[in-house]
Amino acid sequence: MTQLDRRPSDDRQATALPPDLNARELARWSWRQLTSMRTALVLLLLLALAAIPGSVIPQEDVDSLAVSQWRDNHPRLAPIWDRLDLFSVYGSVWFSAIYILLMISLVGCIIPRLFVYARALRARPPRAPRNLSRLPEHTAYETDEDPEVVLARAAQALRRRRYRVALDEGADSVDAERGHLREAGNLVFHLAVIVVLVGVAVGSLFGYKGGVIMYNGADYGFSNNLTQYDDFAPGSLFDPAVMEPFSFSITDFDVDWITDGPRAGMARKFVAHLDYTTEPGAETRQYDLKVNHPLAIGGTEVFLIGHGYAPVITIRDGDGNIAQSGPTVFLPTNARTFESFGVVKAPDAQPTQIGLEGTFYPTFTMGKDADGKLTMPASAWGDALDPLVSLNVYTGDVGLDNGTSASVYVLDKSKAEQVTKPNGQPFRMDLRPGESVELPDGMGSVTFEGLERWNKIQISRTPGKLVALTGVVAALLGLLGSLFVRPRRLWVRARRRDDGTTLVEVARLDRSSGGDPETGRSELAAIVAALRQDREATP
Amino acid sequence: MTDVQWETLSNQGVAAAGVVYFLALLAYAVQWAALRDVPVRQAVAAGGGAPVVDVEVADEGTGDRAAMSGRLGLLLTGIGALAHAIALLGRGIAADPNRVPWGNMYEFTLSGTFVVVALFLATTSRWRLSWLGPIVVGFVLCVLLADVLWLYEPVAPLTEALESYWLVIHVVAAVIATGAFTLGGITSMLYLLKARSTKETGYLARLPELPALDRIAYRMHAFGFPVWTFGVLISGPIWAHQAWSSYWNWDPKEVWAFITWVVYAAYLHARATAGWRGRNAALLALVGVATLWFNFIGINFFSTTSQHSYAKGAAQERSVVLRVATAPVDVAQEVRVVVRADHARA
Ligand code: HEM
Repeated sequence: MTQLDRRPSDDRQATALPPDLNARELARWSWRQLTSMRTALVLLLLLALAAIPGSVIPQEDVDSLAVSQWRDNHPRLAPIWDRLDLFSVYGSVWFSAIYILLMISLVGCIIPRLFVYARALRARPPRAPRNLSRLPEHTAYETDEDPEVVLARAAQALRRRRYRVALDEGADSVDAERGHLREAGNLVFHLAVIVVLVGVAVGSLFGYKGGVIMYNGADYGFSNNLTQYDDFAPGSLFDPAVMEPFSFSITDFDVDWITDGPRAGMARKFVAHLDYTTEPGAETRQYDLKVNHPLAIGGTEVFLIGHGYAPVITIRDGDGNIAQSGPTVFLPTNARTFESFGVVKAPDAQPTQIGLEGTFYPTFTMGKDADGKLTMPASAWGDALDPLVSLNVYTGDVGLDNGTSASVYVLDKSKAEQVTKPNGQPFRMDLRPGESVELPDGMGSVTFEGLERWNKIQISRTPGKLVALTGVVAALLGLLGSLFVRPRRLWVRARRRDDGTTLVEVARLDRSSGGDPETGRSELAAIVAALRQDREATP
Repeated sequence: MTDVQWETLSNQGVAAAGVVYFLALLAYAVQWAALRDVPVRQAVAAGGGAPVVDVEVADEGTGDRAAMSGRLGLLLTGIGALAHAIALLGRGIAADPNRVPWGNMYEFTLSGTFVVVALFLATTSRWRLSWLGPIVVGFVLCVLLADVLWLYEPVAPLTEALESYWLVIHVVAAVIATGAFTLGGITSMLYLLKARSTKETGYLARLPELPALDRIAYRMHAFGFPVWTFGVLISGPIWAHQAWSSYWNWDPKEVWAFITWVVYAAYLHARATAGWRGRNAALLALVGVATLWFNFIGINFFSTTSQHSYAKGAAQERSVVLRVATAPVDVAQEVRVVVRADHARA
């Protein structure tokens, strides 16, 4: 990038560099830096612009549900959006193109600057410009001391101020410079940006993230291999061989319900008590898994990210055989009351298939409208104080349990029909734990046996995350150096004049972005004071 | 004191802060009215940008009156900030268990505006920012008013996902950076206005010279940028990793925080590129502050998928119901939606 962008920059201002200061090489370096900086600037702005669509249009990686909804609502636009990768902006070709260009520009910019910096570190401070009074920050005074004395004292004073000082034999000026760390910080910052990117790339290529819904109880276990996940999102270079062979079960789950105040009913302090082993045969250990407190096993981490209820429902078919039994995950549709929605399917039931769909209320109540009339059933509370499931019944083809695209959370009603009462009303049953209901037409019966709980566990392995973290921390430190170290040059020139007095000139050049005349003036004044006061002290 | 009393104290603190800020605004108004017709004497200082408010007026009586009311304005701003601080403290203590006062938009705004005033007070004498007083106070007053009218929520405990000290660190950094960027944005705005103005008298004419305004804006951004970097790119991801298992999710809130970061990086670059210093840099700073505030306010209303949504829970719940009831989808997504809703309620 930097090489291509050599055209004269209309950006430059005549006043950008003080006269005379720099060798031609340095001028060219500055010029090149300037022009390539513009490229960087444009690319940065492009990057910001390119990130916007991904925050407005639903993203496949973030919320694929919203994406499918959006597709349904915009059948004409969706194919176009697809072609433009707008549903996965951050992995798209054009987004990648921008940041890859930026990285190339960055490398192209950093490498020459590293050399320049290395040379500058070893170089002596630049010699004083011929005419110091042309610098914006300068001052002068007269004295009857010898120039050599003044210069020696100036060198000392400047060294004490942590300047790098050069005073050549026979020269009429002291040349001093400090604040090299600014450029170092800037280089560290830009290099660290690359490190962060490498760390992030490693994580997304070699890592994975998966989720599983676990029933609570020692009977239900999870062992870490692909088949056990409900959802699994591997990086493109992920190798299943790196999966650590741990296993765990949730022996118990505690949750506190807030009983008063504006957030009454909110669940807090979820704790899932885990029994886990790091590998087959290893001793069993315990861990209290909480939100914000993942369990680390080797390079893999286990997170608790959700919970809910699983009513245990048994379906007996018309022949009296158990066609379906065990807990079923109901998904909360209300985050506060845990009113939940779920589906139970018995595709093998004879003579007809049976599907149940309905709502679970942990604490059943009837809603009331403003006049106190009863309205819709609801859940008053997230805690299971008075659990009730309310189910509608379907028959026909409720979807074979062949494990393909059919979701276990949705009943496909396209080939199923609702079972009704003789009066044509839908047949609905409200069950409390232990209760059973006979289905009409000898279809069978449904029993609500009791209640279990589930936890949503997220498991992820993100290699390179420490690299990325180290990178950002280094970037921050570099940034601090780059922003707050003030590089500056200072010259003191002392010349004997014809009348025998000595003219001492002091000039200063602030090379930072935020340098202000105030500090410049006060530093100049302090240095001059040091030069003169010392003289008064030494007779 | 009981929690309820603390909450009442907090509300009274906000009211008191509002009243005192308003009085401060009046004092500043008197100051600037006194100077309205007085032409600005040319500043002679070498670097330009000498302070122009307190001293350089021809007529001594006017000068005294202006200086007096300016000092009164500053004093009142300080007192207002004290009440503001008490309001914040009360919010935190009123919650059971005690917590940091930023669980929702109301509290975040309360904290953000406080930081704006506090940063102003901390830098005003060193950087000679007395001219910024009326704008800061006026701005904070308006934002506080909107906060109380539209965003107020009673004190409540934090949701589980928000209980992490990384959250505290993350939000402190975000709030401080927001305050600094806001001040920087105000200064850049003044820069642009002054650059267009040819008047010899009045507020704009009395602002520091353009290079000085540019420098002051730069300093505020230079302070805000590393803090934002720390908040958004270090502590935020660490916390996200602990709570949601991945440190970066491209969630809309994160996307906009990233956009803000990139725009300010561009601003700093622009400043370093001759010719972009000044006007163009100031424009970029305004873009930056727009993205910052859009992220804070706008994104909550545009996006239902944000895990950071501090906005009202009701909308969130409705959208969840909707989603669960629609087309067949795979397990993970549905559960994720549900889980998010449950974390996002703050
Ligand atoms: C990922 C892309 C980049 C980011 C996020 C970034 C960010 C920054 C930031 C925040 C600063 C401010 C620090 C300061 O003022 O000293 C800065 C300064 C600087 N950047 Fe970049 N930069 C990027 C790419 C580049 C590229 C490609 C170049 C060269 C073409 C470059 C050259 C510079 C230079 C020379 C400075 C110092 C400016 C000065 O002297 O104040 N940057 N960059």
